[in-house]
Amino acid sequence: MNPASHLWVIPALPLLAAALGALTPRGGRRLAAGAAIAAMAGALIASCFALHAALAAPAAHLTCNFEWFRLGGGAVRLGWLLDPLNGLMCVMVSLVSLLIFIFSLGYMDEDENFTRFFCFLALFAAAMLGVVVSNSLLLLFVSWELVGLSSYLLIGFWFHKPSAAAAAKKAFIVTRIGDLGFFIGLVWLYDSTGSLLLYDGGRGILEAHALAGLAAPALAGGLAASTAIGLLIFCGAAGKSGQFPLHVWLPDAMEGPTPVSALIHAATMVAAGVFLMARVFPLMAADQALASAPLHALTVVAGIGAVTALMGAAIAVAQDDLKKVLAFSTVSQLGYMMLAVGVGSWVAAIFHLLTHAFFKALLFLGAGSVIHATHHEQDIRRLGGLGGRMRVTFATFAVGMMALAGVPFVFSGFWSKESILHAAMEWEVSRLPLWAGLAGVVLTAYYMTRLTFEVFAGRPRSHAAEQARESPAVITVPLLVLAAGAILLGFLGTPAWPWLQSQLTGAAVPSGPLIESPVLTAVSVILVALGLGAGWYLYGRRPRSDAGAADPVAAAFPAVFAFLAARMKLDELYALTVGRLSSALSWLADFLDRRVWDGAIRLLARLGELAGLMNGEADRDGLNAGFDAVSEGFRRAGRAYSRAQSGDAQGYLRALAVGFVVLVVLVLMGCSR
Amino acid sequence: MSAALAIVALATLGSAAAAMLGRSLLRSIFMLAVSWAGVAAFYMWAGAQFVAFAQVLIYLGAISMVALFAVLLTRQSRDEASPPPAALRRAILAVVAAAGVAAVLLWAVAHSPLAVSGSLAPATSVRQLGFDLMGRHAAALLVVGVLLTIALLGAVVLAADGAQERPGDEP
Amino acid sequence: MNALQLCLAFSSLLFAVGLAGALARSNAIIVLLGLELMLNAANINFIAFWRFSPSSAPATGVIFVLFSIAVAAAEAAVGMALVIAIYRHQKTIRLPDATDLKG
Repeated sequence: MNPASHLWVIPALPLLAAALGALTPRGGRRLAAGAAIAAMAGALIASCFALHAALAAPAAHLTCNFEWFRLGGGAVRLGWLLDPLNGLMCVMVSLVSLLIFIFSLGYMDEDENFTRFFCFLALFAAAMLGVVVSNSLLLLFVSWELVGLSSYLLIGFWFHKPSAAAAAKKAFIVTRIGDLGFFIGLVWLYDSTGSLLLYDGGRGILEAHALAGLAAPALAGGLAASTAIGLLIFCGAAGKSGQFPLHVWLPDAMEGPTPVSALIHAATMVAAGVFLMARVFPLMAADQALASAPLHALTVVAGIGAVTALMGAAIAVAQDDLKKVLAFSTVSQLGYMMLAVGVGSWVAAIFHLLTHAFFKALLFLGAGSVIHATHHEQDIRRLGGLGGRMRVTFATFAVGMMALAGVPFVFSGFWSKESILHAAMEWEVSRLPLWAGLAGVVLTAYYMTRLTFEVFAGRPRSHAAEQARESPAVITVPLLVLAAGAILLGFLGTPAWPWLQSQLTGAAVPSGPLIESPVLTAVSVILVALGLGAGWYLYGRRPRSDAGAADPVAAAFPAVFAFLAARMKLDELYALTVGRLSSALSWLADFLDRRVWDGAIRLLARLGELAGLMNGEADRDGLNAGFDAVSEGFRRAGRAYSRAQSGDAQGYLRALAVGFVVLVVLVLMGCSR
Repeated sequence: MSAALAIVALATLGSAAAAMLGRSLLRSIFMLAVSWAGVAAFYMWAGAQFVAFAQVLIYLGAISMVALFAVLLTRQSRDEASPPPAALRRAILAVVAAAGVAAVLLWAVAHSPLAVSGSLAPATSVRQLGFDLMGRHAAALLVVGVLLTIALLGAVVLAADGAQERPGDEP
Repeated sequence: MNALQLCLAFSSLLFAVGLAGALARSNAIIVLLGLELMLNAANINFIAFWRFSPSSAPATGVIFVLFSIAVAAAEAAVGMALVIAIYRHQKTIRLPDATDLKG
């Protein structure tokens, strides 16, 4: 029996819960939340079975394809795919979703639209799992857009706040720009291969036959079609995963409720882009064999990833909003993942994706716990001193922070980041991604230390922070589970025991020494220590005394800090360039409409007017007298008929129906006679 | 084959009847959407996939949305209920007229020599349809295009608020 | 009855349902939607004849239905616009009240 044929159960369960939630009236809070959580638990169990089945044959891509509909000669086919990559993603998504659903029980407890929230969350989980399990890029694209839709709904969940409504719109539109490229890529791919199935027993687009066709230098300048298609697909991935220059929506998306930020904008949805890149990696890498090509798709991916990783980390240094820091840190970490894909190690990217999902969800939920306890105070200058008041939150947040910063050996983030840096070091094309990655490491350690000291150390700097109490168990238990994951997950893929790597690639990866390149590891450990030390020196040694005090870095380098705090002015740049361009285009269209077309139409109208004038003259003199007599006759007849004109439209229709029946009966009688 | 047709037909007729009987406008539109989906299913059954596609796109996608908008825009309409005797009279007349039409039609269907030829649906690919539309039926296609354009313009003019018309815009 | 007659009977009944709705309801929107049902019934006939009695030009029935659907869309757009115009004019969409054309 083919386990892939049952894979649809995984997204179907949360979809059912979403439908149930949509039908539940507002009062049915328990029903909606219970259904969503039960569905996620079911999906988690199913995912575990799926992973088990996938690990039994890691190299085989188990598929279950079926025909959706047939249009003329061609059929559109969809399918499910099961391999270790899918299985791991399924387990990760459903586990993190489950924990965040439980967390939401506590966090959203006071919200009056609690039912709607769970409906949207379940819809999101269904769409995300759909992305993961589909074997057809078409099905993947449909789920992908559903993910975008539910993200829009959830960012704008507090739509009465204008900023949230604007952020939702921005997220939707910016990701749509990327998706347009993705869609064009799909159409191109379908045109050149005749299929959108990933694996189809030799005919799928990720299998040797199709790839060989795509990798031929078919375009101008010796580019392969697969390069262009890969880059178009990468557009979609860059939009979803917040890669430069489409990252601008991700920080704004923090207007949504914190569980949403944790689920969508840290752990799962933004990882979809990286997952997509890993999924279609054979396509992305198809042009590597083409040495003469001026550009390889993966080179672009690596470059964008490196820029994003460095830029996100630099901007995060100067943010004052608790969630914005984490948002830019997410942008930066996603950049690392793309960098890993770009340098050819999608396995390292997925490893980092899995560990990042846990520790970033942990950090966001920790932030959510803080925000919940302080009644929505998110400004880190006005927090402080929470370490003593919220011990569980502090301890788990510290675990997440150290995992993100890459504190050596114990935390998962260290291992996954090491594997990315190692891959970047072995890349032959350029060393720049490695330098960007190393610079990002020191910045990451620094801004996370700053954040932790500002929030948890010192003494409370606002009334809300003084009143903070530890959150209830429904919030802290998911934190503890995630913290355990943030530590233990690293041991799945250490160089000494490369279980994850061998499962994902389906080939045994020999276990090497625990530390693959001592120099690189030593450098990155030193950089982490440097970042931690700088953070401690600036923010931990003498914690900020009151909310108004200037940031020590801002005091030393005001211009740099302001530039970073304004997110490198990229939003303003877009307003100046893209916004100006579209205004200019619409002005041009308006001008054409008003001046050019309108003039032509006016001319025609004048001609018509002239003709009418001449007609009128002829009428008045010659024809009027005769018509007067005839029209008197019409008037009399009209009066007689007008009695039938009741003005009741349905009466007319009824008369028509009755008349039809009577006519038919008359005709039949005539025939039979 | 016939069982599938019977199920589709019963569902379509049932939801259409429910739509026509229902008191709530929104529910009626929803039931009509179900009914239209049933008609699309019939087209699928008959092998006319592209027509089913058009049916879903236009009826489920466009017309039901237009109807919903009309309902929303005319929300504050005065109370729907007629004075009972008039409404009852109209309903009785309507059912009688409709039953008469149905009886005539069914009689005609039952007594006509309608032979079934060909057990398979005629093969019509989308490519063929495209060639036909652009070739033999190009004139009709153009006429329909003009009709749709004018109908849409007319709909905009009708629905537009008359108060904002500028005097110089009259042709 | 053969399959073609079954299809025709189905379309006749659908036509009658639409007609009854169009005649009985006072709400203009429902009346319009009843008309749409009647159009649908006619389209079913086209498809049924196309399916069961092949002609020399294989796509005729399908093309007819496509045109019919296009016209129905135009009709729905104009109809709904009329409903809105009537509503703006009279603050009601009850057809029995819209008797301005009374002679």
